[in-house]
Amino acid sequence: MNKQSKRADASIIKRIQIRGQQHIHQAISSLTDVWRTPIASLMTMLVLGVSLALPSTLYVVLKNSQTVSQEWTSPTDINLFLKKDLPESRYKNLLQRLKTYKEVDSFEYISKEQGMAEFKRSSGLVSALTLLDHNPLPAVVVVTPKPYYRSSIAAQELLAKLEREPEVQQGKLDIMWLERLEGIISIFSDAVLVVSVLLLSSVLLITGNTIRLNILSNRAEIEVLKLVGATNSFVQRPFLYTGFWYGAIGGILAWLVTVFMVYWMEDTVVNLAQLYNTEFDIEGLVFSEIMLLFITAIGMGLSSAAISVNYYIAKIEPS
Amino acid sequence: MIRFDNVSKIYPGSLTALQKVNFHLEKGEMAFLTGPSGAGKSTLLKLISMLERPSAGDVFFNGQNVSKISKTEIPFLRRDIGIIFQDHRLLVERTIFDNVALPLIIKGYTAKQVKNRVLAALDKVGLYNKAKCYPPMLSGGEQQRVGIARAIISRPKLLLADEPTGNLDPQLSMEIIKLFEEFNRAGTSVLIATHDLGLIAKMRYRTLRIKQGEMCNDELQGI
Repeated sequence: MNKQSKRADASIIKRIQIRGQQHIHQAISSLTDVWRTPIASLMTMLVLGVSLALPSTLYVVLKNSQTVSQEWTSPTDINLFLKKDLPESRYKNLLQRLKTYKEVDSFEYISKEQGMAEFKRSSGLVSALTLLDHNPLPAVVVVTPKPYYRSSIAAQELLAKLEREPEVQQGKLDIMWLERLEGIISIFSDAVLVVSVLLLSSVLLITGNTIRLNILSNRAEIEVLKLVGATNSFVQRPFLYTGFWYGAIGGILAWLVTVFMVYWMEDTVVNLAQLYNTEFDIEGLVFSEIMLLFITAIGMGLSSAAISVNYYIAKIEPS
Repeated sequence: MIRFDNVSKIYPGSLTALQKVNFHLEKGEMAFLTGPSGAGKSTLLKLISMLERPSAGDVFFNGQNVSKISKTEIPFLRRDIGIIFQDHRLLVERTIFDNVALPLIIKGYTAKQVKNRVLAALDKVGLYNKAKCYPPMLSGGEQQRVGIARAIISRPKLLLADEPTGNLDPQLSMEIIKLFEEFNRAGTSVLIATHDLGLIAKMRYRTLRIKQGEMCNDELQGI
């Protein structure tokens, strides 16, 4: 009883300090345990690293292809063909109203005459066109939506809205190819998601199994610890730290592999971009994404360890 | 310190290990527990340290009914009991120092306290200069003394020893028992299970005798 009250008297800071010391001690000793079987540990870490590197590389590809589709904005311009035989003032009216649209970034008015002049210039049909006694072309407004409204669905909604303007005869949006590209990207991103989920679950199983083997091979030690009064959480901690280290080092490996793969793809991509006369640089993982990768890796290591530990440590009882 | 109240232990397959055992070991008392092999000595010790739970009856330790405590309380109960095994139960991959330090590390002592107390304990059992050795490098008697150092390091209220002198020659056995006497004089209750009748005869301590799971002779009661 006396001892109990003394223990309660010990200041909280002191106890936290002691607990902290225990944690540091166990973290370091699990790390040395990891190094005691370098080949086996390295294999587990590589499994973690490679399995995480694949989704993260695919993610980099996905991210960059999304950037590409966003950069090609001109096809999402909306061409509004205006009704003929309206006075010029009505057109001006429309342009005023367009300025109030929150979806519209900018627009360009091309009068019938301008349109004709451009058509003559680009078609080379000057002599034939001069035979026409009046200008058959309508006036056109080329509307560029704000970036947020450039996705095919939003652009289509905007088109419908613009078509309701009384001066507009017809609107046109060339989005077929854009829809296809977005379709391909969304299939690709679904595939990345599925592959990631599958790989992560295999990582969970493999790491969990490794930790399970660790636990079983330390059976004698666990029994002795329990005999001298160790709680389950004390016995578990070294294995949780082992999972943590697997995750941490596996995460670093995953990052390195990703960097290498992106570097390796860069040449091919730059060559391809040159064929299209564009400048394009692959953007690798940024800081927040690297951190997310590490957190995922550590989370995987810890949770797989936690699953094994919860199941097996309680089962091992001294006899 | 320990009180058995009509305790029975039946293992699956209807093997009766203990039957309606009653006894009471006082605080600060030292006693032997004896009987032929398979009589239930080990089972009795296991019931005290909660390695097994009784099938019927109650086991009290330090006034607490341990047969009723929850699983999460067991570790804290074991911290008050030092257990010594015939097969030592040392961790072969850890040094003698680390082996002895285990109970203190579990309790969360600082590194400095651990060092002082481990070296003091090793000194007491005469293994001060073997701190850095590993268990396989030591003789049987030395390993047994490491086990004793580990059992007493956290100053438990009770020492349980299961055949502590099993593989030792009479002289070494006597030394081990002398160690127990020393701890007993410092206030620790001691219960030693042994079938070494010669050893018991040399000492003047209470002897609990069990045979086929029944307490057949408690010599203190006879006196």
